[in-house]
Amino acid sequence: MAEVVLEGVGKVYSDGTRAVRDLNLSIADGEFLVLVGPSGCGKTTALRMVAGLEDISEGRVLIGDRVVNRVPARDRDVAMVFQSYALYPHLSVRDNIGFGLSLRKLPKDQIRAKVEHAAQILGLTEYLDRKPRNLSGGQRQRVAMGRAIVREPQAFLMDEPLSNLDAKLRVQMRAEIARIQRDLGVTTIYVTHDQTEAMTLGDRVAVMKKGVLQQVAPPQELYDRPANLFVAGFIGSPAMNLLQARLDRDGDDGGLRLEVGGQTLPVPARVLDERPALRAHLGRDVVVGIRPEDMEDAELAGSGGGEAGGTLRSTADLVEAMGSDVLVHFAVEAAQVVTEDTKELARDAGTDVLGALEAPRTDLVARFSPRTRVKVGDPVVVHVDTGRLHFFDIDTGAALWEAPAASGDQEG
Amino acid sequence: MSTASAAERPGPGAVGADAGNGAAGAPRRSIASRVVSRVGGGAVQVVLVLVALFWLVPTFGLLVASLRSNEDNAAGGWWQVFTEPSQLTVESYSALLDKPDFVDSFWNTVLITVPSTLLVVVIAALAAYAFAWLEFPGRDWLFLLVVALLVVPVQVALIPVAKLYGKIEFGGFQMFGSITGVVLFHVAFGLPFAIFLLRNFFAGIPRDLLEAARMDGGTEWTIFRRVVFPLGGPAIASLGIFQFLWVWNDLLVALVFADTESQPMTKWLQSQMRQFTGNIDILAPGAFLSLVVPLAVFFAFQRYFVQGVLAGSVK
Repeated sequence: MAEVVLEGVGKVYSDGTRAVRDLNLSIADGEFLVLVGPSGCGKTTALRMVAGLEDISEGRVLIGDRVVNRVPARDRDVAMVFQSYALYPHLSVRDNIGFGLSLRKLPKDQIRAKVEHAAQILGLTEYLDRKPRNLSGGQRQRVAMGRAIVREPQAFLMDEPLSNLDAKLRVQMRAEIARIQRDLGVTTIYVTHDQTEAMTLGDRVAVMKKGVLQQVAPPQELYDRPANLFVAGFIGSPAMNLLQARLDRDGDDGGLRLEVGGQTLPVPARVLDERPALRAHLGRDVVVGIRPEDMEDAELAGSGGGEAGGTLRSTADLVEAMGSDVLVHFAVEAAQVVTEDTKELARDAGTDVLGALEAPRTDLVARFSPRTRVKVGDPVVVHVDTGRLHFFDIDTGAALWEAPAASGDQEG
Repeated sequence: MSTASAAERPGPGAVGADAGNGAAGAPRRSIASRVVSRVGGGAVQVVLVLVALFWLVPTFGLLVASLRSNEDNAAGGWWQVFTEPSQLTVESYSALLDKPDFVDSFWNTVLITVPSTLLVVVIAALAAYAFAWLEFPGRDWLFLLVVALLVVPVQVALIPVAKLYGKIEFGGFQMFGSITGVVLFHVAFGLPFAIFLLRNFFAGIPRDLLEAARMDGGTEWTIFRRVVFPLGGPAIASLGIFQFLWVWNDLLVALVFADTESQPMTKWLQSQMRQFTGNIDILAPGAFLSLVVPLAVFFAFQRYFVQGVLAGSVK
C-alpha cells in the first residue's frame, strides 16, 4: 500500500495527438480516487500510464516514493481490473485468481490459501473450479476483483469495472467494491464516465475534460462548489440548468436582481459577500446555474418557503414522475449558454448542440415534490431558491467565487 | 464427418473477428444451419452419412485389397471378398513388415515428419506472437515479406536448394541426401503459411488479456507460454495436422533430396511401383500403413478443435 503521485504527467501519441496534459494528482495511501469525465477525456490513458501499459511522454509517476516511469508494468506491483474483466478463458477461477501468484513462484499451498481467502471475501468459493465461460457477468467481475485482491498490491487500478453489468448488478457491485476497498485499505484509482459511480465511490473525485484536469475535490464539494461550467454540468443528475442572465443591483439595500428573459428574480445580498468576484460582473451577462432540486412548485413552497427566492412563470412541457420526486421540464426566455464546455457536455450526453434559435429560449428541469399537481401543458409557477444559485464567467466558464486573481487556476 | 465439423467450427479468422466486434450480436446463420432447418435434421444426416460412406469406398477397397493374396487380387476386384470372406489374410502385411527397406523407409518418414512439424509449429508460434503483439521496427514490412513468400512455389526452389545442399559438407556429413536436408526444406516452406495462420489467430486474442497477464507480472515469454500458446490451441492443432499431413504425404521433396538411405515411405512405395507393375501385395498394405498414422494423428489432435475457446474471457 502506497501513495501514488502524478507530477505534470502528459501523453502525446506518435501522431501528435495529445491525450493528457500536465496532470498533477496526489493520491494518499489508502485513498479512493475516482477519475471521471466524458469519453475521450484522457482518464483511461492516465490510468494506463500509472499501470505501465502506456509510455509516459511527460512528467513523472511515483508509486510509494519510487519513480516508475521506466519500470515495466510487471514490476510496478499494482493490480488492474479491466472493463472487459480480461479473464484467462482456459483457466479455472482458481487459476485465474492465482495466476499472478504462480508467476511470482509462490509455494503451491500458499497460493491455495490466498486464493481461497480471496474467494471467501468475494463469495466465489463454490465457483473456484469453474471456467469463466460458465460464470455470470457479476461473477466474472468478482473473479477480476479477486485477481487484484489476492496479490495484495501497492494500488488497485480499475478501468470502468462495472460498465458491462446491468443496472441492478452495478449498484450491488458498486457497494461491494466500496466495502472491499475500505476493508483492505488499498490505494485505488478508479476510472469511470458515470458521475453517479464517481460520487458514491470516491473519497475524492477528479474531473477531466479533453486531457486536462478540471477539479479535484471530495464529492460533496464538487457538487456544491464546481470550479467551472464543465464540472457544474457534468456532476449531478439531472444536470444543473445553465442559462444566460443579467445580474444587477436592485435598489440601495444591497440586494440584487437577476433578469431571466423578461422575468426578474431577487437575489439576496449575501451572495455578493460569498462571491466577491461577482462584483466585476454586475450589469453584465453571466451564466447562472440552478440545480433542479433548488426549484420547487411555488404552491408547495409557499411564497417565502426558502430563506430567499423568487418565482419563474412558464408552462410545463414535460412532467416525469419518478416516485420520490417529479421532474418538470419548462422553458424560459433566456439565451442558451453555448460555450466550449457546454458543447463538450452535449456531445457526452449524445445530444446535438442546438443551433442559434430565433428567440432566446432555454429548457430547464426542476425537481418538484411528488405532492405537486402540475400536469403537462399546465402553467407552472416555479419557486427558485436564489440563495443557492451558481454563477460562472460567460467567457471563461470559470465559477465566480473569489476575486478574479485567484480564478485562473484550472481553465487551460 | 469432416465436412460437418468444418462447417460448424469457426475458423481461426472467425474467432478473431468474433472477439473483435463482440457487441455485434448473433452471427449470421451459416448456410448449413439454414439448409438443416429447411430440410429437417434427419434427412440431412442420412445424406451426410451416404456421402461419407461413398468417400470411404476407395480407402476401404485398399484395406480389403491389402488383406487378399496377390493371386486373388489378380483374379478379381476387392468386392469379391463379400462372397468369399475366406480370402482374407494378413500374409501381405507380414511379408511387407519383414522387408528391411520398408521398415527403414517407415522410420525415415517418421524422422522427417515429426521434426518438420514440431519445428514449424514452435518457430511459427514464436514468430507469430512477435508479429502480432510485439513492437519492433519494420514489423509490418517483415510480415508482408512472409506473406509474399506464400506465393513462392516449391518447384522453383528445388534446383537452387539442391545445388546449395551439394556444397554443404563437413566431417563426413553431406546435406544432400540427408534427412536433415529434407526436414530443413519442409520447415522452410511450411513456415510462411504457418506464421500467417497463427499471427492472424493470435492477433484476435483480446489485448486486455495480454495486458492483464503483464499486470499480473508476466514477462513476454510467460505470456506467450501460459496465455497465448494455450489459447492458440485450435489454430496450432490444425496447423500441426496440416503440416504433418503435408510432410507425411510428400513425394516431390523426398524424390529430389533424399537418397535410398534416407528415403521416406512415399519414395520407397513409388520405387516399388516402377519395378514391378503388378505387385499389389506390396503397394496395398504399404499404402494403407502410410495412411493409418496420419489418421491416428488426426483423431488424437481433433479434441483440441474446441469451439469457442475464448468464451467468457472478456465482456
